[in-house]
Amino acid sequence: MTDLAQLVPYDEALSRYEPVIGLETHVELGTTTKMFCGCPTTFGLEPNSAVCPVCLGLPGSLPVANRAAIEYTIRIGLALNCSIATWCRFARKNYFYPDMPKDFQISQYDEPLCTDGWLDVVVDGTTFRVGIERVHLEEDTGKSLHMGGATGRIHGAEYSLVDYNRAGIPLVEVVTKPVTGTGAIAPDAARAYVTELRGLLRSLGVSDVRMEEGSLRNDVNVSLAPHGAAQWGTRTETKNVNSLRSVERAVRFEIERQAAVLDAGQKVVQETRHFHEDNGITTAGRSKEEAQDYRYFPEPDLVPVAPDRDWVEQIRASLPELPAARRIRLQAEWGLSDLDMTQLSNAGALDLVSETVTAGASAADARKWWLGELARHANETGTDLAALPITPAQVARVSALVRAGTINDKLARQVLDGVLAGQGEPDAIVEAQGLAIVSDEGALTEAVDAAIAANPDIADKVRDGKTAAVGALVGAVMKATRGRADASRARELILERLT
Amino acid sequence: MATGDAGTAGELTRLTAAQIAAAVAAGEVSAVEVTQAHLDRIVAVDPDVRAFLHVAGIGALAAAEDVDRKRAAGEPLGPLAGVPLALKDVLTTKDMPTTCGSKILQSWRPPYDATVTRRLRDAGIVILGKTNMDEFAMGSSTENSAFGPSHNPWDLGRIPGGSSGGSAAAVAAYEAPLGIGTDTGGSIRQPAAVCGIVGMKPTYGGSSRYGLVAFASSLDTPGPLARTVLDAALLHEAMSGHDPCDSTSVDAPVPPVVAAARHADVSGLRVGVVTEFSGGGSQGGVQARFTEAVELLESLGAKVVEVSCPHFTYALPAYYLIAPSECSSNLARFDAMRYGLRVGDDGTRSAEDVMSLTREAGFGPEVKRRIMLGTYALSSGYYDAYYGKAQQVRTLITQDFDAAFEQVDVLVSPTTPTTAFPLGERADDPMAMYLADLFTIPSDLAGNAAISVPCGLAPEDGLPVGLQIMAPALADDRTYRVGAAVEAALQQRWGGPLLAQAKELGETAGETR
Amino acid sequence: MSITRDEVAHLARLSRLALTDAELDHFAGQLDQIIGAVARVQEVAAEGIPPMTHAVPVVNVFRDDVLVPCLTPEQALAGAPAEEQSRFRVPRILAED
Repeated sequence: MTDLAQLVPYDEALSRYEPVIGLETHVELGTTTKMFCGCPTTFGLEPNSAVCPVCLGLPGSLPVANRAAIEYTIRIGLALNCSIATWCRFARKNYFYPDMPKDFQISQYDEPLCTDGWLDVVVDGTTFRVGIERVHLEEDTGKSLHMGGATGRIHGAEYSLVDYNRAGIPLVEVVTKPVTGTGAIAPDAARAYVTELRGLLRSLGVSDVRMEEGSLRNDVNVSLAPHGAAQWGTRTETKNVNSLRSVERAVRFEIERQAAVLDAGQKVVQETRHFHEDNGITTAGRSKEEAQDYRYFPEPDLVPVAPDRDWVEQIRASLPELPAARRIRLQAEWGLSDLDMTQLSNAGALDLVSETVTAGASAADARKWWLGELARHANETGTDLAALPITPAQVARVSALVRAGTINDKLARQVLDGVLAGQGEPDAIVEAQGLAIVSDEGALTEAVDAAIAANPDIADKVRDGKTAAVGALVGAVMKATRGRADASRARELILERLT
Repeated sequence: MATGDAGTAGELTRLTAAQIAAAVAAGEVSAVEVTQAHLDRIVAVDPDVRAFLHVAGIGALAAAEDVDRKRAAGEPLGPLAGVPLALKDVLTTKDMPTTCGSKILQSWRPPYDATVTRRLRDAGIVILGKTNMDEFAMGSSTENSAFGPSHNPWDLGRIPGGSSGGSAAAVAAYEAPLGIGTDTGGSIRQPAAVCGIVGMKPTYGGSSRYGLVAFASSLDTPGPLARTVLDAALLHEAMSGHDPCDSTSVDAPVPPVVAAARHADVSGLRVGVVTEFSGGGSQGGVQARFTEAVELLESLGAKVVEVSCPHFTYALPAYYLIAPSECSSNLARFDAMRYGLRVGDDGTRSAEDVMSLTREAGFGPEVKRRIMLGTYALSSGYYDAYYGKAQQVRTLITQDFDAAFEQVDVLVSPTTPTTAFPLGERADDPMAMYLADLFTIPSDLAGNAAISVPCGLAPEDGLPVGLQIMAPALADDRTYRVGAAVEAALQQRWGGPLLAQAKELGETAGETR
Repeated sequence: MSITRDEVAHLARLSRLALTDAELDHFAGQLDQIIGAVARVQEVAAEGIPPMTHAVPVVNVFRDDVLVPCLTPEQALAGAPAEEQSRFRVPRILAED
């Protein structure tokens, strides 16, 4: 059953309406054990092999809070410029669902651990300060396989199979304040926020933030209001947004869909929607008779969390250099323009370039290779730069070989191709394919003489003073030596001969 | 087992836990003999008392053998090694079913032991089996058990109290010298009072709740039942102490309750009589025995004053908001998905429907009432006026206690307003049933320590009356000290324990299990 | 009247209790009475009084981030009403989470 939504073309929608967006991001923490028990958090284990009475919610079981999870949450809050609560509690969120062992989730309600922060996000050179409403801690649910239906989703399934390995893994929820003023770049801003947040979390070492494994999950909120309206519109919440691209597409689709609803004089329904990866649309979730009343109350099985200020400051002192600060520092160190820096970030090459520089290459060289030859490769094979089968150390080695004169740029490309093709280390490839530049004078002289002899007209031109024609003779030498000649030495030799 | 052997076996079942432990340690009797004697007693009287839901004869004898083996090898034994015990069926046991008195868990076998269970076993205590209780600890008579009520050994037509009625009846019927119950609104003390034995609610958090199937998380407290104050103290020490698996467990040494039980001296002690509980709310005979107990304390050297705790009159309504609220959430997990009863799964019904049909079939009426009441009290729009307000009232009640304990060392009241009422009398009247907890509830709300000790029989019906002694949180020892003093003085007056005045239960010869 | 029969039916649905009509009638009357009685807490003036947390107030009870042995899948599934592929088999779920 598809919800064939009417859509207003994007630009048209934005000519009439102003979007307000919000994001709720769930992050699975990379602690060794679960939030309230000592079971492992490892991904991909045999079903129901990482469970105990506590995370299975067996009668009589009780939760005990994982200190590391609290610490990781405070780290995230501090990195997002939040205030850390001096005293807060966990709360029960009560609802029935088969993947919830206790039929309530231990979460936080009106007393979150971190509040009121911000994260700066740059889109096309404009900086948006995304307000962070809250960062709180809760436990993840189990996972269901829906069986017997055509799509593997709930609709049409005959029954489900539940694995509780994931139940109880610590989950941090980061909720933004409504983000206004993004206008036409709302989808890009949403994507940029998630990208920046993901980079931040990765640098903090609190999660492996793999969207494809579910350790970073996003719900996207979108509302529209006519330009100049005093109030914001009704917002929808879209779930199942599992990649950066999906974040962007979901926002875009909702803008187009809601514009059509409003244009038709109807009201946008406040509801939860589901994003479809295959065609980039959102559809309405099952409509509920009434809004969910979770009957929150403070969790009586846990005592309050009151992080003392010394502990908080210790955590603050242990924060690594955050991505934004790092970018500023690297930009200065590498002497790059804002545009250059943005290009690097957008290509996802920042860390790669940085590691290549650490391995000994110059920033310029590192950029050249990653944004040039290797980016081309990535595009052709449809992979991310970081997924290419070549390491920064190997790139740095190739760069070093060029600097040493062992190979030239053109040969370097061949070496890189070789590494990507799995032929081994750069040095081994140079050896195996005989790519080392011919700098032996004798061999070179022979090649030069041969080229001159084979191209008498061009030689005459050079003799006549048209030194520009040397290039063609150098080309001939390169061709004869299959690109392995030291080009500048060959040029010198030719000029010596002919002038 | 011929009843002709009842002589020695009968004597063994009349011993206190302390006496049994000493005899076993001294090699005068084997733990196996002791256990067998109690198993025989169960066979003989439990068809009438119906205290047990599950008797683990083989496991008990194996545990007893283990004690004997250790003793023979000269290994050190705990102070209660070899003593049999009746365990309320709300605490998990790996090798026995744990039903909580409910159809929804009728054949559930937990894969883990409660911390209390483990501590008992580590102490060499022999768990005879699991006892009957009001379903999920909700009730004051065991009539809410899905498996039929237990019967008061004093008068089999009457309730043994609840929700720990099975454990109390077992101890009062000499089926075990020790019992474990849990107290949320009075569920250890009230059964103890109406069965004429000792029942103690430790400071909240004094005994671990890990493995205690939760009814009301902020109130549930496991505690000891016994025929003497000293026995209760010995069990209190064996079962209590900090547990890292329970975040609410008290991280402090167990109060010196055994020493206190042996130091039964109340001279100079300041005793407060709670004004609000001394009015006409109690049955005549209960009030009379209570008044005498207070006079007794005075004669033993205590200074008695009246203390008003004005918010105590709101304790019952506050409790009947807080407990159902927490239980509505705690019992949500019984949804037919992972364990327990599943009803209505015919391959076409949805999970939601199967959940609803299962809970309809698996829960009794009192449980349903409290779940709905709790759901109501926590609902958006009602939270502040009901649950929120009740938690504030709870603070006020705690403040009343704090103020009272500035003036006195302990507070006293009757444990429960009436003696054991007949089975069936209040079963269809929830509000009348709730009144049984009137005097016990404030201590649950404040989380402090409270004991019930027998203080006589009501003249109008010849049934036991309990004296409740309340002390500040972590001052559990004070309740034992006062309880022991009262016990000693009264037993002197009576010429023996109160229980000796109960009729002998007719042995049911020839009926085997 | 503190609570209507319809409200009780709603509470039953919320708490996943498939009550019969007879039960609904019976419980409605009883719950009405009980709610009327417990509403007495509203008589208490409690301005500025904090709600109670725990009897012995304590904060920051934590465990170390250290592995503890789990149950085996067999133990975990031992009480399962239905099982398939080492997972708990449950009837079809209606609502999207």
